[in-house]
Amino acid sequence: MNGIHDMGGMDGFGKVEPELDEPPFHAAWEGRALALNRVVPVTGDWNIDVGRYWIETLPPAEYLTSSYYRKWMLRLERLCLARGLVTEAELAAGHAAALGQPGGQPGRKVVHAAEVDGMLMRRNYDRPAAAPARFKVGQRVKAKNMHPVSHTRLPRFARGHTGTVERIQGCHVYPDASVAEGVERGEWLYTVTFDGRELWGPDSDPTLQVSIEAFEPYLEAA
Amino acid sequence: MTAKHHDHEHGHGSELSEMQLRVRALETVLTEKGYVDPAALDRIVEAYETRIGPHIGAAIVAKAWSDPSFKQALLADANKAIATLGLEQKVGDHLVAVENTPTTHNMIVCTLCSCYPWDVLGLPPVWYKSTPYRSRAVKEPRAVLADFGVTLPAGTAIRVWDSTAETRFMVLPMRPEGTEGWSEEQLASLVTRDSMIGTGLAKAASEFSAGGET
Repeated sequence: MNGIHDMGGMDGFGKVEPELDEPPFHAAWEGRALALNRVVPVTGDWNIDVGRYWIETLPPAEYLTSSYYRKWMLRLERLCLARGLVTEAELAAGHAAALGQPGGQPGRKVVHAAEVDGMLMRRNYDRPAAAPARFKVGQRVKAKNMHPVSHTRLPRFARGHTGTVERIQGCHVYPDASVAEGVERGEWLYTVTFDGRELWGPDSDPTLQVSIEAFEPYLEAA
Repeated sequence: MTAKHHDHEHGHGSELSEMQLRVRALETVLTEKGYVDPAALDRIVEAYETRIGPHIGAAIVAKAWSDPSFKQALLADANKAIATLGLEQKVGDHLVAVENTPTTHNMIVCTLCSCYPWDVLGLPPVWYKSTPYRSRAVKEPRAVLADFGVTLPAGTAIRVWDSTAETRFMVLPMRPEGTEGWSEEQLASLVTRDSMIGTGLAKAASEFSAGGET
């Protein structure tokens, strides 16, 4: 979707403001929010792409005025409601309508403390390839002019522009299918590099090169 | 530990109070229904507060500065190379290390959300997740670097990596001059988080402080 989240190349947001000696969390609720957002998707059985989509579909004004962890919580509430983990009445009351089974729910995976260390590191997104990679390193490719209304990871600033395949990263879970089709299937993933002037015109920094990680369905031979 | 944190929350306006309530409500409902084990939440918070942070990336960079064959392996296949180090905190898949040189400076961004190499750098700083950084890094990286007080020679090319998939990038900064013969521990103390994102450079040898605090 052409959402507010897709902000590469936009102007007007002001300076970047680094913070000296930044703490891991600025308030205790941020740590709880982060942790809930790590374990509940396992229980609710949605993947990272679905999680991202439910942030992207927040109202744009809410997206821009919410902190990172606030966006995460709004997303989590919406997904928990949509997937039937909680009800509006329960959220309003701050308590469950009925107590569940301690230690777990039939058919639902619950993450326990002993399992946490194993799930903190990045998981593997490789999937079997249905066909050999269509493009080669060094090949010129064009990012398609496409505007799917559902989730995509092809940023607008790259669409319609021509770049060069720099790396083939493997065959990874295709985010568009995770959301639109509800399935995890693999597509070839490439690092595609664009000249700054191709993206931003003649006033661009002439030394600039920008790459995106582009799935094969985003690309066509140039 | 965490319950105590709740009681010591400092109020900074309505959003914080609102969020404190919302987070508590969702956690409570999910816990009462048996979907969430609060001890798992404690464990996650503790990991990011105490164990997972830029010291992991700094150790990897120091090793690469010290050992040319490790550096070569790191740039060829970061996961395979890092696995040989036997780090206490394991690093997950699809990590790519990119090398700064006198002619090319690398910067990492995620324009679509805030993808970041958590396994080696810990939690992303607020500025990395902010709209100014996400919008500007791909278009005017030199101006962004200026916000960090960093000026590169005009001839140094800038290479920006937008993390639009599950690959994650870390920058291998240039080794500071005058550090020949330094131990990996000493070298690691010069490696800042920002130097591994590409919004900073490694500290100069003269900035070394004994004890390794960075």
